[in-house]
Amino acid sequence: MSEPSVVDESHRLLLEATTSRGRRVRNKLATVWMVGALVVALIPLAWVVGYVLIKGISSLDAAWFTEELTATTRRAGGGMGPAIVGTLVITAGATIMAVPLGILGAIYLNEYGGNGVLARVIRFMSDVMTGVPSIVMGLFIYTVYTVNFGQNGFGGSLALACLMLPIVIRSTEEMLKLVPDELRQGSYALGNRKWRTIISVVLPAAFGGIMSGVMLAIARAAGETAPLIFTIGAARAFNANLFEGQMTALSTQIFSNARVPFPAAQDRAWGAALTLVAIVFLFTVAARIVSARVARRHNA
Amino acid sequence: MSTDATAPVLPTAAEHHAPTPEVTSDPHPQAEVVFDVQGLNVYYGGFKAVRDVDLHIHRNEITAFIGPSGCGKSTVLRCFDRMNDLIESARVEGKVLYHGVDLYDSRVDPVEVRKRIGMVFQKPNPFPKSIYDNVAFGPRLNGNKQNLDDAVEKALRGAALWDEVKDRLRKSAMGLSGGQQQRLCIARAIAVDPEVVLMDEPCSALDPIATARIEDLMQEIKSLYTIIIVTHNMQQAARVSDRTAFFTTEVNPESDSRTGLLVEYDRTDKMFSAPADERTENYVTGRFG
Repeated sequence: MSEPSVVDESHRLLLEATTSRGRRVRNKLATVWMVGALVVALIPLAWVVGYVLIKGISSLDAAWFTEELTATTRRAGGGMGPAIVGTLVITAGATIMAVPLGILGAIYLNEYGGNGVLARVIRFMSDVMTGVPSIVMGLFIYTVYTVNFGQNGFGGSLALACLMLPIVIRSTEEMLKLVPDELRQGSYALGNRKWRTIISVVLPAAFGGIMSGVMLAIARAAGETAPLIFTIGAARAFNANLFEGQMTALSTQIFSNARVPFPAAQDRAWGAALTLVAIVFLFTVAARIVSARVARRHNA
Repeated sequence: MSTDATAPVLPTAAEHHAPTPEVTSDPHPQAEVVFDVQGLNVYYGGFKAVRDVDLHIHRNEITAFIGPSGCGKSTVLRCFDRMNDLIESARVEGKVLYHGVDLYDSRVDPVEVRKRIGMVFQKPNPFPKSIYDNVAFGPRLNGNKQNLDDAVEKALRGAALWDEVKDRLRKSAMGLSGGQQQRLCIARAIAVDPEVVLMDEPCSALDPIATARIEDLMQEIKSLYTIIIVTHNMQQAARVSDRTAFFTTEVNPESDSRTGLLVEYDRTDKMFSAPADERTENYVTGRFG
């Protein structure tokens, strides 16, 4: 055997360094671990969606969307129309109140408040508000609104808006924080005023992220049950008037049907669950399409 | 006290672009003074960043500010369009006369100042919008809705970018290369027809080829605009500028902080061949900084 040349030796060392066994094994292990974690995380998600789909799909026929609720949950028949309308109207009412307010609040926090006392207090309060259980929010609206004005959809909207507001504020603020200061400077340097810089440069740059946060808040609100139980009452008939008369919603229907031992009621609960998931899914997809359109216009 | 009669009136862009009587044959001796800086001190909170700056900026010339880091050259540059106002703790003493109007007069609106004096930043900062919308941004602000296409084309041609982007004006500016983005920022700045263009180390994020293009561009547009450029690159100052101001720092004995000051200001050829001050000579010959 001849002595290995210096070149061969360094070549060997180089290969050894980059492909040593221990290194490769650790790399494989880490990859397997991460893929495994992803799969484990996806199992409950797929399970829930699949189960709801299987259990709920049989309830969904034409009458489901058009007919009123049955008089007692025990009997089969009837539809979920009033609850679908209720969920859409109440959530829309909450969105109209919470989203503009939340975005304006976030603009104040990030663009004007800075680290001032007021901004810090608002930031802290909205963090606290995020952690308030939804049933407490429902009780709060019950005592300040429902006791005085009676049970109606607007009370539910108010309660949901209170839940959405801190989510919208904090997610929007995070998105505004991500907008590079260079863009604001560039706008100011062209002689743009601050309010116009926010409208014409900062908000468009953050649009996609703000939209995601808003959708998260809407999805959360659409599924809330506890705040609605106190505030909207119970109704079997269609009522699209937010300010007059009691209403019902998909989430409260899931609750009232699932807790009774009758097969017809439990099927109905599954159907309502599927409808709710489908509504949230459709809105999320729609929001994605809108943000992609806007993003394409800005960053094509 | 008659306030209105003495209220400072910023000259309009049209006045600035009126033809000058003395033309290019002899650009040097008596070029009109655009900025007259008198006893400028800038503080950030209690910290004195720059002291006692006095200089004249001449029309249709390129003036370079050079000096080591922390010498306040960018700080002084930002006094010309009042961008220092955006830093809460910043405070300016002294006068920055723009055609005789003190930019720091309490009655002057900084937004109006910035409409007349354009700025290009160290890092290219195009808006995440289309190329067209970037250039049209300034004209739209000023309410110029007609002939927007012409204004955009003119600015892009002025920034030597038209041929590269004319087929993709509606595409995002974020897809351009760094050098193209910087030229787009120059186009965006000159689209509002400013009299002065301030450039804060405009080439420091660019490769040598892109840098050369920007330097060529500066030479092309200097007949239309007055340019002040901050650069940490002495060769760049020597290549492009007509006049050079050398800043340096001094250590304050009592607080160990550093304050910038203007050492020497003269024609560029003189600054680099026969500087009057020893500190300038040390800097331009590479013995310091």
